[in-house]
Amino acid sequence: MAFIDYYKILGVDKNASEAEIKKAYRKLARKYHPDLNPNDKEAELKFKQLNEANEVLSNSEFRQKYDKYGEHWKEGEAYEEARRQQQQQQKGSRQQQADFGGYDSRDYSDFFESMFGSGFSDSRHRSHARFRGQDYNAQLKLNLRDVYNAHKQVLTVNGKTIRLTIPSGVANGQIIKIKGKGGKGINGGPPGDLYIEFNIENNTNFKRDGDNLYTDVNLDLYKAILGGAVTIDTFDGKVKLTVKPLTQNGTKVKLKGKGFPKYKQEGQYGDLYVTFNVNLPSKLSKEEKELFEKLSKLK
Amino acid sequence: MNQENLVSLPVLCHHYKMEMSFFNDLNDYGLIEIYALEETYYVHKERIVDIEKIIRLHQELNLNLEGIDTVFNLLRRIENLTSEINSLKNRLHRFEGDQ
Repeated sequence: MAFIDYYKILGVDKNASEAEIKKAYRKLARKYHPDLNPNDKEAELKFKQLNEANEVLSNSEFRQKYDKYGEHWKEGEAYEEARRQQQQQQKGSRQQQADFGGYDSRDYSDFFESMFGSGFSDSRHRSHARFRGQDYNAQLKLNLRDVYNAHKQVLTVNGKTIRLTIPSGVANGQIIKIKGKGGKGINGGPPGDLYIEFNIENNTNFKRDGDNLYTDVNLDLYKAILGGAVTIDTFDGKVKLTVKPLTQNGTKVKLKGKGFPKYKQEGQYGDLYVTFNVNLPSKLSKEEKELFEKLSKLK
Repeated sequence: MNQENLVSLPVLCHHYKMEMSFFNDLNDYGLIEIYALEETYYVHKERIVDIEKIIRLHQELNLNLEGIDTVFNLLRRIENLTSEINSLKNRLHRFEGDQ
């Protein structure tokens, strides 16, 4: 239970006036308020500390007590006695308080509870209004192949097991909301939501851009010049592709509907773009060389 | 509009201990939309998250409605920029793979 310097948290001097404390609190609260810093755990923690510091330093009785015993609170025998009495009086009242959803500004430090008791509460939070539970954020790592088809997955978030159907075509970095799977509501309020961010790793030979896929196919010189057929891999199997005679290096061919499934558009797919890389022979037999020389003389 | 998806203003006033005029002001500033059905006013339940956020910003940071409107606009811009960054990162990843 480390000593917490509330003055330092608010960035004010020990002799700061009430107005200075209020001003410092408001300035920092505007900076670190969780609604202004979504998904920023550090700001959330900072805001809790600011609230805790403000609750103490803006109340003359608590400030006096903190100033007196703060750093050496363990040595204050009289304070210890008072604390024991206070805790007995306040036992059981803790669960009845209401708060806003989204974050828990009542999450005080152990240090705070030792100093002022666990039942302490600012009167502005004493109403019994119902509030939505906290929203949870989670990250889910998947392979590109996993999201080609819709599939079911079981997740454990904050100790809760959640069965989830992941739709096909989910994008890397996409966030989906699972309604009602966040924290429990307060005083009978509705539960919060669960936000899942997808982190999709691509271990395939395909590159993905939106719903389109890209791949490279090697062609030997003869097939590039004379044309023919090649069998190539697509995401859902092999297809036979006709190569036109005199296909240049870097030629792109579009295979319509052979790309990635479109998110929440059943049966709709992007396209697959195939780029032909023409490979020149690295070795020639004597006969081949002579033939190439003949060909060059024909030009 | 399906009434099941609506929450009446008197219910909101009671739960959040706010005056009816507060919600009317939110409507005037375009922060929420109020629907009238058979002489009762409602908001869509999907806007409750925003309403709670507005109440917090109003009560905890003393922001007025102009300030809240500005915050909401900036948060929306941050959200759009974040998703654009994600999409550009994905495209960049594709080009990096080419090298």
